[in-house]
Amino acid sequence: MRNFLPVFTVLMALVALWYAAAVWLNADWAYDRAQRAGTTLTFSELVADTWAQDKPKLPAPHQVAAEIWNTTVEKKITSKRSLIFHSWVTMSATLLGFVLGTVLGIGLAIGIVYNRVMDMSVMPWVIASQTIPILAIAPMIIVVLNAVGISGLLPKAIISMYLSFFPVVVGMVKGLRSPDQMQLDQMRTWNASGAQTFWRLRLPSSMPYLFTSMKIAMAASLVGAIVGELPTGAVAGLGARLLAGSYYGQTIQIWSALIMAAALAAALVALIGLAQRITLKRMGMA
Amino acid sequence: MAWVLAALAAWALGIWANTRLARLPRGRATGLAVPVIFGLTIVVMWECLVRGLNVPSVILPPPSAIAARFAISTQILWEDFVQTVLKGALSGYAMGCGGAFLLAIAIDRFPFLQRGLLPVGNFVAALPIIGMAPILVMWFGFDWQSKAAVVVVMVFFPMLVNTVQGLQDTTTMQRDLMHTYAAGYWATLLYLRLPAAMPFIFNGLKITSTLALIGAIVAEFFGSPIRGMGFRISTSVGQLALDLVWAEIVVAALAGSFFYGGVALLEKAVTFWHPSQRGRA
Repeated sequence: MRNFLPVFTVLMALVALWYAAAVWLNADWAYDRAQRAGTTLTFSELVADTWAQDKPKLPAPHQVAAEIWNTTVEKKITSKRSLIFHSWVTMSATLLGFVLGTVLGIGLAIGIVYNRVMDMSVMPWVIASQTIPILAIAPMIIVVLNAVGISGLLPKAIISMYLSFFPVVVGMVKGLRSPDQMQLDQMRTWNASGAQTFWRLRLPSSMPYLFTSMKIAMAASLVGAIVGELPTGAVAGLGARLLAGSYYGQTIQIWSALIMAAALAAALVALIGLAQRITLKRMGMA
Repeated sequence: MAWVLAALAAWALGIWANTRLARLPRGRATGLAVPVIFGLTIVVMWECLVRGLNVPSVILPPPSAIAARFAISTQILWEDFVQTVLKGALSGYAMGCGGAFLLAIAIDRFPFLQRGLLPVGNFVAALPIIGMAPILVMWFGFDWQSKAAVVVVMVFFPMLVNTVQGLQDTTTMQRDLMHTYAAGYWATLLYLRLPAAMPFIFNGLKITSTLALIGAIVAEFFGSPIRGMGFRISTSVGQLALDLVWAEIVVAALAGSFFYGGVALLEKAVTFWHPSQRGRA
């Protein structure tokens, strides 16, 4: 809580900056309209106008908040206009991709740690795979998988998986190798088999690494799901809201989808953080 | 059927060669040969399987077709490369990283700001910033300026957080030593704290190098002039010209690898004293 005051100050400064920027960016339009109406604006009128436009360049925070309130609380969840519905679509793809990516990542890491050939051949390509901007080929993956007859949740989840397996591989390789020689020798003096060494020493000592990389993987997975929704023609999901908003100039809608995505990311990462605290506490590591 | 058998043979050969190589003492040559053989095996298997199983080229073109397409459309690819990588990604990368670096040095003088901005910056760095792309395209127009703006926003916070953390990475002992030398703020910054922060700064530069490319390409999906890698990818997918899409992917992968490799080389030259770099010739 020591950090509460500084963080609060910074957040307040950001909101103030946002309001100021809204005045500055939307002023042109306000002046334009006033000129056509043949009136001149006083400063307070200008401010009031820039904070209440229909399609502002930058909506003021309270407009976004009102839009979020309207589209979450006041709409039915099943409605296509409900942000909760769209968030749910995005979240399901995120979670599926995250689970697939984590499983793949852990599997690859185990292979890399236990198999010298895999270590030498796969590891460089895992790193190289991330220099390919997968998000850029997302539309192709979606379209191609659609052509093969796979549509809906899975294509988006595959993109999420590709983004989220990398941090898990890197973290888990580090984690599974974290027991030092002394501990490994100790296992040997106990005549532990390979499986026992894995389950009782390597896996437990990799847990802190796993959770840290899972947080990164979750954030990456959400980005993948959002971008994966762009080329499907803006049907459903937060990415679709962004695209539709940008087509029709609905800036308030874009910002509300953006804030919703941010909240979703924060909630999912916080969830992993909670699991981390509970697990490590029970293991006596935190 | 013969092609499928050839694919299996290539697979077996690749595994056999790599197992043999992995048993040799680990040196520079084997460290390079094993991943190269692995990559070649995959490409050969891809070619053979696509031909053997008659996969239509609108789903997955064979590598040979991609290479042929690459060779005849170098003109287009170069134009897209200049538009997206040089104009969009690199200029945004330079502005974003430079701005974050300067702001980090400014923040560093005020512990209050530091404590407030670090958690916020960490939080923002985890957000799906890419969603800002449509807004920035709306503000800055369709040309490369908006792409650079997206890249600036994407790289800013990871870079800021890393630099601020790096600037704190000196011990009291070291700072006291500078104090006994009667070194002022600027001398301490220049000779002690900036060099000590370099590993962190390069960590940030490396992370953001891939982000920059992604940002520039994805921003083009929201509107672009009729050139650029993101534009070409999204329109070629519509025309089912998948070989051109794959050629663009090859360009993107090469650009990304060289970008990252360049930053890594620079890191090696600048932070040669750091434990993670020592002993690696």
